[in-house]
Amino acid sequence: MAERAKDFPAKGGDLVRRHRLATRIWHWANAAILAVMLMSGLMIFNAHPHLYWGQYGANFDHAWLGIEAVGDHGTLRIGQVTLPTTGVLGLSRGPDGGRWDYAFPPWITIPSHYSLADARIWHFAFAVLLIVSWPLYLAVSLANGHLRGDLLPTRAELGPRHIWHDITRHARLRFPTGAAALRYNILQKLAYGAVLFVLLPLVILTGLAMAPGMDAAWPWLTVVFGGRQSARSIHFLMMAALLGFFLVHIAMVVLAGPVNELRAMITGWYRLPRARKDRRG
Amino acid sequence: MSAPLVTRRGLVLGGALGSAGLLGGCDRINADPAVRHFLEGLGSVHKTVQRAFLGRTALAQEFSPSQMSPVFRSNGSSDIADPAYRAHVAQGFANWRLSVFGLVQRPLLLPLAALQALAQRSQITRHDCVEGWSAIGKWQGPQLGAVLAQAGLRGEARYIVFHCADRWGTAPYYESIDLVDAWHPQTILAWRMNDAPLAVAHGAPIRLRVERQLGYKQAKFVMAIEARASLAGLYGGKGGYWEDARDYQWYAGI
Repeated sequence: MAERAKDFPAKGGDLVRRHRLATRIWHWANAAILAVMLMSGLMIFNAHPHLYWGQYGANFDHAWLGIEAVGDHGTLRIGQVTLPTTGVLGLSRGPDGGRWDYAFPPWITIPSHYSLADARIWHFAFAVLLIVSWPLYLAVSLANGHLRGDLLPTRAELGPRHIWHDITRHARLRFPTGAAALRYNILQKLAYGAVLFVLLPLVILTGLAMAPGMDAAWPWLTVVFGGRQSARSIHFLMMAALLGFFLVHIAMVVLAGPVNELRAMITGWYRLPRARKDRRG
Repeated sequence: MSAPLVTRRGLVLGGALGSAGLLGGCDRINADPAVRHFLEGLGSVHKTVQRAFLGRTALAQEFSPSQMSPVFRSNGSSDIADPAYRAHVAQGFANWRLSVFGLVQRPLLLPLAALQALAQRSQITRHDCVEGWSAIGKWQGPQLGAVLAQAGLRGEARYIVFHCADRWGTAPYYESIDLVDAWHPQTILAWRMNDAPLAVAHGAPIRLRVERQLGYKQAKFVMAIEARASLAGLYGGKGGYWEDARDYQWYAGI
């Protein structure tokens, strides 16, 4: 991550190289790809707003999740729990101001009018980019030391005391300063690691598991996920987890100083945050 | 309607996005022919890669009777008002004939009994709708390959088109597959479903099963089978009703 002469230890206020070019390119490409995948995926979900576990699942079968209009109310049902979501989920206003009887509202879907066919065109085109860019980034990051040097947690970092210490510091919005800010803390490592090694591969594999052609080519695909409808449910949950990561990520960027963080991810240059007493003085 | 449809927050957010022209902008991009051409080209990678992994013979998963859906819902056209079709239903399809024509050496007119007399294949497979749901059912009928062999496919034939009895507005439903799927062992003309004669709602008298693709390829109410060198010049030219009407992918393996 940091490329700096070792004999001059970095201190708060220094402008230093932070993110590698490969990381910066992948970060923004991945952000754009996932945004299109999310928005077109929500439109695809609108075509059948129920989720099931197992091999099969359709209207007469038990759905563990449903997002739909009941009368004049939008509802999100998870198991036995039904939440009122009128205006956002299940029932909202369409682009023309009329009644929008779909799970997700048009301002968050691609396209912004109901079209399963168009959403599939976007989803599958960008899926190709995702399936190529994810392993490519992993290979490059393995080769340039990013995985081992920046993302791999040390044994000490994985200790419960250390993790708890980091959680309490985050909760009090105390972020590392000076040279310590050059390294990912353990919560960052775990979050980025989860995205790279759990969420992205699972969202890709469950996506492939929904393709009848891939199921014939690789019959193990639906077996490992417990059936095509289970794969569809896991695909949806991975989407929700990626969305959750995104929201926390944005919150952290804003709290840590959005201009500095954005500059670091665009140009690679990052100004090390000063300690609190430095700032006052 | 008594309850408010839209919350204040939703209105503010929707209004902000709408006024920024984001929705309009996105839809303009979506409608741009060059963008669509590019996206469809990128998406066609799936067919190339799938076919490389699939080959000609990889089978769709088959299930045991205990894994079947308790209820197999019907979708698309579930009934047909056309008097000629109604007459066939009334007569139990006794006077119905499947026409096999186009690039074949011997055009055929096959009664249902002839299809039933051919070697039968029975398979319990998962039907995956493009919308996202799945249903597992049992299908039985002769392999399409046996019918094509009887008709004698000519060398120029590249596609098999299925002409159906149902109409969407004025447009007749039709579908097409290439020869890889046409000769695939699980591609059958099903006249039985779940151990009973195929119901009207599921496409009586026969329905195509092409098990490595999505539901809209499983043409119902098949009246005629045509062998063609190209899909150009047939209806919208994209090889199927939904492909023409909505830009669904012709290759529905994904």
